[in-house]
Amino acid sequence: MPDLLIDDISMRFDLPGGGIVEALKNVTLHLKEGELLSVLGPSGCGKTTLLNILAGFLAPTEGRIMLGDHRVTGPDAERGMVFQQGALFEWMSVRENVGFGPRMAGVKAAERRETVDHLLDVVGLAQFKEKAVYELSGGMQQRVALARCLANDPDVVLMDEPLGALDALTREKMQGLVLKLWKETGKTVILITHSVEEALLLGERLIVMAPRPGRIHQTYELPFAEMGVGQDLREVKKHPDFAKTREEILSMIWEMEEEIMGRNEGAHA
Amino acid sequence: MTPFLLGDLAAEFVSVLRTILYAAPYILGYILLILAALALYSLARRILRPASDFRSLKTVTFGDESAVRSNGVASVVSVVLIFVLWAAFTGSALLPSWLHAPGAFTGTGSFTYTVTLPDGRSDDATVEVLVYPRESEAEAPEVAPGEGFAKNDSIAIAEYRSELLRVDRNDELGRDEGAEITAIDGQPVAPGESVRVGFGRVALSGKGTPNIIPATGMQMEPIWLPAPETVWQRLTEIASTGYRNSTLWEHLGYSLFRVIVGFALGAMVGIPLGYAMGLSDWFRGWFDPIVEFMRPVPPLALIPLVIIWAGIGEVGKIILLFLAALWIMAIAARSGVSGVAISKVHAAYSLGASKWQVLRHVIIPNSLPEIFTGARVAMGVCWGTVVAAELVAAEKGAGMMIMVASKFQSTDIVIMGIVLIGIIGFGIDMLMRRAERWLVPWKGRG
Repeated sequence: MPDLLIDDISMRFDLPGGGIVEALKNVTLHLKEGELLSVLGPSGCGKTTLLNILAGFLAPTEGRIMLGDHRVTGPDAERGMVFQQGALFEWMSVRENVGFGPRMAGVKAAERRETVDHLLDVVGLAQFKEKAVYELSGGMQQRVALARCLANDPDVVLMDEPLGALDALTREKMQGLVLKLWKETGKTVILITHSVEEALLLGERLIVMAPRPGRIHQTYELPFAEMGVGQDLREVKKHPDFAKTREEILSMIWEMEEEIMGRNEGAHA
Repeated sequence: MTPFLLGDLAAEFVSVLRTILYAAPYILGYILLILAALALYSLARRILRPASDFRSLKTVTFGDESAVRSNGVASVVSVVLIFVLWAAFTGSALLPSWLHAPGAFTGTGSFTYTVTLPDGRSDDATVEVLVYPRESEAEAPEVAPGEGFAKNDSIAIAEYRSELLRVDRNDELGRDEGAEITAIDGQPVAPGESVRVGFGRVALSGKGTPNIIPATGMQMEPIWLPAPETVWQRLTEIASTGYRNSTLWEHLGYSLFRVIVGFALGAMVGIPLGYAMGLSDWFRGWFDPIVEFMRPVPPLALIPLVIIWAGIGEVGKIILLFLAALWIMAIAARSGVSGVAISKVHAAYSLGASKWQVLRHVIIPNSLPEIFTGARVAMGVCWGTVVAAELVAAEKGAGMMIMVASKFQSTDIVIMGIVLIGIIGFGIDMLMRRAERWLVPWKGRG
């Protein structure tokens, strides 16, 4: 599987009322294959913009994205995406949703069936194959979304706050599932989240982004994802380094938020 | 002319208010009936079966939308009551006669009038009145002339009618001699006044001629409102022998045929048009002014133009229904496309779908619920439009049937037609709802 290179990306656009937004400025990042990256930052720091550029939904004003030896110019099955609300197709059954990617690629029905059955087993939805997706709970729907993404066997999995809408208990279970899938499939995963804990648990590398202009503020190399593969996530959270890093990142984000507030008040004065 | 417009409108408004005022006691009575039925129902429920389901435990029901569901008993009572009232006020044989509203007087009655001469002499005479049912014929009964200069008289009057009786022609001394009627049944009366008598009323005209007005009761005359069984009878008759050279099924079938063909053509053009408008800003800009202008134009307003251009045949009607369905379907398809969540489209592209596959597997299924809602509206509008178009001009059709019948005062056929049109319209909507539930079960659950 190829490496992912984010090469000096900048994203600027004009506001309708005049003025320019610098959503991203000179962002550079190199992800080795199979790496797990989590992205944190206050709202407006450009993390969703970055993900949309990686997915190919947006073109950067400057810089380029390279996946292996070719340049990213649009959406493609090599880069799968998991959305916050699942974005499942409610006119299809669970099985049809998961088999969507292979079907678009023209994979034969029998072969497709095998992949789908296997993935639904992995995410623990074996007995819900023929259900309509709107009959499932929020957590189950996200499991379907994960399986649907993996059915395409993408090189990179992009996750845009995939667990943001779930309750705390379901969220913890799903975090374990994401780690398990990452380890088993060996895919490169980029995960955006609002939760500092989640970012610590689900990132070998963690970047904290800052707003105006959107940029990488701080990078951490973390051992917790590797630890979490083998043991209970709640045990990982008890680790003294975990609490320390969490406090450090939280106060960093607090400072950023305060700065934004201050700047806004200055603008109003 | 304009300065008088406001005055004219005010006068019209006053006459509308007066009509409402006349209707007010009946409306009030109807509301009382509803409340009385509710009281009876509540009483019966309390006695028969104290409710113990979850809903009955709610203490807040007034204002809780979920606690208000259509009461099936009320629906049944309401429909039955319509038929009961209909039957009661038409003297229908479906009801025992003690439930009928008072009918028009039939049979014989009589009154006495007193004629006074200028010299003060006066004489009495009796008039025998025979009121006969409308369908039959009757002769005025024979009466003995009696004593005096005022002679006994007789007259036959059809039900619901009134007649002037020139009594002075029968009397020895009449108007030419200065004889005047001064009392009826002993009650003094002058020209322009009237007197209650046993069978109704007798009024004196301006010239002093008695106008005999038998009581009309509270029932409706069959030419205004026929009894339910008359309508049913007419339905079975027309169903077997037809009306105006066509069977009933031909009339209804032609109307349905026009609706289905017009709607199908409108959907066939309107849905792709709506998709084009939803998917391309150029097409949206191009068709927005046309669609937004044509949408508020009622299809009925197009009837004259369609008749000028295409005549009164099938083509004209189908063009009209096509236009009625076209804009509705285009707008439904457009909003169906605009309503697709961008994350679903992004997901499909990320899963490797091509533009065509996104259209086929995401945009079209996602827009189906909206299109079905539009189709239901369009079918309703088309059904209304076809009936109206047939009222204007047609050889066959449900609308034509009731229009022709109204010209012959065949109220029974008009009512039968209206009921059939209502049933078919309702049936179309039910079918569309069924189809919707079956074809787009994910509606509203995305």
